[in-house]
Amino acid sequence: METRSRNLYLIPYVLWIALFVITPILLIVYYSFIDIHGNFSLINYQKFFTPVYLKMTLSSFWYAFLITAFTLIVAYPTAFLLTKTKYKHLWLLLIIVPSWINLLLKAYAFLGIFGTFGFANAMLEVFGIGTKQILFTDFSFIFVSVYIFIPFMILPIFNALDKLNPTFVDASRDLGASGWTTFWKVIVPLTIDGVKSGCQVVFIPALSLFMLTRLIAGNRVITLGTAVEQHFLVTQDWGMGSTIAVFLVIIMAVIMFFTGNRKRGL
Amino acid sequence: MSTSTIIRFENVTKQYDNDAAVLDNVSFEMERGKFYTLLGPSGCGKTTILRLISGLVEASHGKIYINDKLVNDVPANKRQVNTVFQDYALFPHLNVFENVAFGLRVKKLKNADIQKKVQEALRFVNLEAYENREISEMSGGQRQRVAIARAIVNEPEVLLLDEPLSALDLKLRTEMQYELRELQRRLGITFVFVTHDQEEALAMSDEIFVINKGKIQQRGVPTDIYDEPINRFVADFIGESNIIQGKMLRDFVVQFDGKEFECVDQGFNPNESVEVVIRPEDLEITTKEKGHLKVKVDSQLFRGVHYEICGYDENGNEWIVHSTKKAVVGEEIGLYFEPEAIHVMRLGETEEEFDARLEAYDDQGVENGN
Ligand SMILES: Nc1ncnc2c1ncn2[C@@H]1O[C@H](COP(=O)(O)OP(=O)(O)OP(=O)(O)O)[C@@H](O)[C@H]1O
Ligand SMILES: [Mg+2]
Repeated sequence: METRSRNLYLIPYVLWIALFVITPILLIVYYSFIDIHGNFSLINYQKFFTPVYLKMTLSSFWYAFLITAFTLIVAYPTAFLLTKTKYKHLWLLLIIVPSWINLLLKAYAFLGIFGTFGFANAMLEVFGIGTKQILFTDFSFIFVSVYIFIPFMILPIFNALDKLNPTFVDASRDLGASGWTTFWKVIVPLTIDGVKSGCQVVFIPALSLFMLTRLIAGNRVITLGTAVEQHFLVTQDWGMGSTIAVFLVIIMAVIMFFTGNRKRGL
Repeated sequence: MSTSTIIRFENVTKQYDNDAAVLDNVSFEMERGKFYTLLGPSGCGKTTILRLISGLVEASHGKIYINDKLVNDVPANKRQVNTVFQDYALFPHLNVFENVAFGLRVKKLKNADIQKKVQEALRFVNLEAYENREISEMSGGQRQRVAIARAIVNEPEVLLLDEPLSALDLKLRTEMQYELRELQRRLGITFVFVTHDQEEALAMSDEIFVINKGKIQQRGVPTDIYDEPINRFVADFIGESNIIQGKMLRDFVVQFDGKEFECVDQGFNPNESVEVVIRPEDLEITTKEKGHLKVKVDSQLFRGVHYEICGYDENGNEWIVHSTKKAVVGEEIGLYFEPEAIHVMRLGETEEEFDARLEAYDDQGVENGN
């Protein structure tokens, strides 16, 4: 009786998953076996393993890695300081709020700031460095991406730090560890799950960024994300686009598997 | 200030952000190699005293000395003191061996030395075979012993133990009480043990500090604390007591419950108002005629070793009696007690005044004897 009513509650969820998760993935897998002329073939997979696409994959990984690394470097100390402040949840909220603003709007704002006549160049002018090409560079792409992803990294790390039992820190100090040693030997290992979740929620979307790449990096940076977009919207080669998407899904699954939180006692 | 003093507090006060003082002008000395117990109700400041000793909190006022060295500005990691925390605080990301090795690794000892010392410490607490276990795989009692091993492996001069037994069941708890006491004797270092269990304190300590509301109410060896409580709080907190208002008519004579009784106390003003304590086990049940007091039995509980009998006298005072003899509920019984069973407490007497008074009549006692 009880299990039956519980199963009833599950229906909307199962429907949703079937319709919007399982079906699209199956469709993508199906399309990945269709070549540009509409015939069934393995040509797309062959193409993926050519240097062009492998290089693209590598470069996607590289950018996603850089974005995740810089986000982590900024987010961890920020989250750490946040947990030490008096109104920590208020401060956290203030940091989270910008993530509610549409991504596109923020990207456009940066177009203005980094443009030739934007704020950034005006500042460079003031300091006598002179106008520089900031937009459409690796730097601007990574900078804006990091800016956008920071709240997503801070949140899980903040939660992990906030949950950390302060007596572990006391115990470490009591056993003779300095603040620095305590940080590396106790605080970091005990909040590593938060770091992992943070890296997941940054690395995986960063791998398939395309809009930001287009707007901020122009055609300087070509990643798997931009390639998918190209194939679907420009070359109309849905098969190849799907094949790249299949690989993205596989890569994400592998990453999830390896960074997944293992349950630990206590 | 003798050479055997290891910890000294001088007028130490601790406040958290301008709230009322958690510790209020506390001074004491602790001697090397003894087992001290801090005893008091929840929130009285026991943990705070330990944290002041270990350096995890700073005193708002006053001076703290360890080994005659002022340590107010010495951080926790530089003090020769280790703590067994209330919830053990064993690191969940390290196994038993690494937990115990933590302090040694921090000090950058050689691997071979670490190996040797950790094994020795684990042997000390009877956990040799558990080196590679995860903390989550250890039972409560085992965790507690890991916590002790982790502390003593650093060879501290003082070991602080914050209610280490409170999470254990009664049987294991009694066992660990013996083990801890034995451990302290073997190590020969100072233990400062915190508990809010008075029986535990009485059983284990060389000396007990009874604390209430941020002040040390009384300190002394267990029998003194039990037999000569300084005030109502101590009498009530250490064991069960019958406490009743009375008047000290003159030396050796006290009046309560409308009658005069012979007692062994002196040094009071004539007709001074006092409180009188009689322990439930010092009351003897006899017939109405033989008893000093006449009490109507109101209820009776079987406590295993004894019956706990509760009754009221003619004046409505409640009396609790511990007796191996049964009483009948509703019946009137007599209560008999010796003069030594009566403890007279002066109202609002400080520890210094109390000690001075006891000393004064100890001297007198000697003179009388001459
Ligand atoms: N960090 C803190 N900030 C503010 N007040 C605190 C802090 N730590 C302790 N206190 C207060 O200090 C008082 C004494 O605390 P302490 O931990 O010393 O009590 P305790 O005697 O160890 O009690 P228990 O038996 O419950 O462990 C309590 O009223 C507590 O609320
Ligand atoms: Mg406490």
